[in-house]
Amino acid sequence: MVTSVTSFGRNGLSDWLIQRFSAVVLATYTAFIVIYLVAHPGLTYQEWSGLHSQLWMRIFTLIVLLSNVAHGWIGLWGVLTDYATDRLMGAIALPIRMFSMALYLLVALAFIIWGVQILWGVN
Amino acid sequence: MKKNRPVNLNLSTVQFPITAIVSILHRISGMILLPGVLLLLWMLDMSLASQASFDTLSEWLGNPLLKVALWAILAALAYHFVAGIRHIIMDLGFAESFESGKLTAYISLVCTAILVLLAGVWVW
Repeated sequence: MVTSVTSFGRNGLSDWLIQRFSAVVLATYTAFIVIYLVAHPGLTYQEWSGLHSQLWMRIFTLIVLLSNVAHGWIGLWGVLTDYATDRLMGAIALPIRMFSMALYLLVALAFIIWGVQILWGVN
Repeated sequence: MKKNRPVNLNLSTVQFPITAIVSILHRISGMILLPGVLLLLWMLDMSLASQASFDTLSEWLGNPLLKVALWAILAALAYHFVAGIRHIIMDLGFAESFESGKLTAYISLVCTAILVLLAGVWVW
């Protein structure tokens, strides 16, 4: 079974490392947002949009969105190549994997573009 | 034929070790988060587009259905976060034996349970 063609970095070690680095970025952002929201009960639109209109927050959030896409790609690929296999599913496995990865790529591109539009649309 | 021959892999008697359960839950929570982050991005959009959409989102968050959906996503996120940190700790070379793996698996489940409860309190 040829599976490396749909992996994220076309190389297992590179995928492994990207998954860890992106995980650290995602965990940092998650902790940051949770702490921010807990520290600002009764958050107003002014405070929230003020945070997101700063350049560092836009860059941070965009890096998070890109990390999320890479992390999700590697995760989905790992799950598909473990369970959507010829041995478990027969000939339908390959179309399922290809369709899933293609759908993921489309949604991921839309996700990034939508995110840029959200972040740079804040006044 | 020998009557007392062993029965191999009687699946009804095979139990997943706790480490396997923690591992499969990490995968399941990850798969939940794939569509889950779309809802979170949609909420970010609503919260930032304008004062009006911010207010609309606050109002919608009073809807029990959205509360349950958000709580489910936060629960998956909490689990994936905790289990991910466990992974990174092991990648760094700590707690790699089966015994310590079992211990950190239990600790992960307890930490997640606390976070999921707190998330529930926060959402409601």
